[in-house]
Amino acid sequence: MKRVSETLDNLGRSVLSGVEQMGGILILLISTLGWMFRPPLKLRAIIKQMEFVGVKSTFVVVLTGTFTGMVLALQSYHGFRLFSAEGLVGSTVALSMTRELGPVLTGLMVTARAGSAMAAELGTMRVTEQIDALYVMAANPIKYLVVPRIVASVFVVPLLTAISDFLGILGGYFVGVVLLDINKGIFVDNIYKYVELEDIYNGLIKAAFFGLLLSLIGCYKGFNTRGGAEGVGMATTEAVVIASVSILVADYFLTAIMF
Amino acid sequence: MIRIVDLYKSFKSQKVLDGVNLEIEDGKTTVIIGRSGGGKSVLLKHIIGLMKPDSGQILVDDVDIAKLDDRSLNEVRKKFGMLFQEGALFDSMNVAENVGFSLREHTKMKEEEIRVAVAEKLKAVGLTGIEEKMPSELSGGMRKRVALARAIAINPQIVLFDEPTTGLDPIMLEAINQLIIHTQKNFNLTCIVISHDVESIFKVGHKIAMLYDGKIIEYGTPEEIKKSPNPVLQQFLTGSIEGPIHIM
Ligand SMILES: Nc1ncnc2c1ncn2[C@@H]1O[C@H](COP(=O)(O)OP(=O)(O)O)[C@@H](O)[C@H]1O
Ligand SMILES: [Mg+2]
Repeated sequence: MKRVSETLDNLGRSVLSGVEQMGGILILLISTLGWMFRPPLKLRAIIKQMEFVGVKSTFVVVLTGTFTGMVLALQSYHGFRLFSAEGLVGSTVALSMTRELGPVLTGLMVTARAGSAMAAELGTMRVTEQIDALYVMAANPIKYLVVPRIVASVFVVPLLTAISDFLGILGGYFVGVVLLDINKGIFVDNIYKYVELEDIYNGLIKAAFFGLLLSLIGCYKGFNTRGGAEGVGMATTEAVVIASVSILVADYFLTAIMF
Repeated sequence: MIRIVDLYKSFKSQKVLDGVNLEIEDGKTTVIIGRSGGGKSVLLKHIIGLMKPDSGQILVDDVDIAKLDDRSLNEVRKKFGMLFQEGALFDSMNVAENVGFSLREHTKMKEEEIRVAVAEKLKAVGLTGIEEKMPSELSGGMRKRVALARAIAINPQIVLFDEPTTGLDPIMLEAINQLIIHTQKNFNLTCIVISHDVESIFKVGHKIAMLYDGKIIEYGTPEEIKKSPNPVLQQFLTGSIEGPIHIM
């Protein structure tokens, strides 16, 4: 009996803290939107963050995009060969990359690289009272710290996704046409035939949404860090876990709405 | 003038401020003493509106800042400078950018004017030629000086110091004390200083207040405080283990 009530107690507590965090993230989003359009625009800070997110993540995105396209080609080749449809490898790779894997993998990679860094930076600023110092100097930290990171992520993640899509298809081409000898003309024609422009930009819209999620969660976790260096470490880990899970869950719902 | 009236603040079930009443005189230095974890920083954060009280008033020139919206609060904050415990310099900016931050944000000064003002404030805290250095390259004492230069950059009327001397060696401690005394006099500031260091208290403070158990239990000039019969205060000043203050 005691164990049951204890379990229920713990369950209640985690549900409550989950709801509290969702509320907190929503409030942060609303105040970010409020501050975003209030002049002066912090254009320099935004560009600096774009550079930061881009530079941090480009290399891993290039690698994951290329190799994912390559392995997709390899796997689907073995499947399609069974009923002599090797020509469909190209369109399969292209559709998977643009609709699904490009945005999701890029979102996850940027979370690991830049989302975590956002939580760590803001967390450090919180525990060393730099955020309080901003308030004291009548400078709103949401405007200074959160808005540039979120705006930058919303723009840069789709850009990185476009790179990932392109390299994935290129990787698929390399494996399919160069290594596995699929007819080049059929490979390319099928891509044109089956991949719509809509597939590409729906994927990019997804990516923008993932950019919003990962930066919002990274900033929220950093902003609400407590308890010294240990707290910063925890905030960073939690930001990565929560943002990654959110991206995968959101991906399902976005897909259900879009396609 | 700053007046704190019946200030209460709890975190969850922990009562931190339990009815604080205190008047801060203009153009003087008031030192707040008390045990670690006793709520001194929390009190300071209320004075500058970083925390909202559960109940009570914080009157700055007769305006209750606990009731202000963000915009009006920001206007009031321009009267204040604050030196945080570890300096709280912005890691991502160099010394000049740190000191010039408020000038760049809140004034229409030109870059050249800002450069001159920054050099002047750095000189006022005894530093020259370190404008290009990053905070991570500075020693603890230098960080506090730069933080003080930043705090006084927009010529505030009131400067808050959260444990300015904690963690410094005895020579640097004395240097910072002298700096507080001189800065207060030169700029005719109202200063509120939190301190543990018994010697510094009497050097720096025109008035001394002791925060204990969430209340101000003693207030007076250094002479009055030295002569106070209050056993809690005397135990604190002599650093004795015996007495009414429970250790742990
Ligand atoms: N933001 C906060 N949330 C919860 N508890 C806090 C917060 N800030 C301070 N406290 C608690 O209030 C008490 C007083 O803290 P503080 O004012 O920092 O003490 P000090 O007198 O050493 O400056 C401490 O027990 C601290 O844990
Ligand atoms: Mg403190």
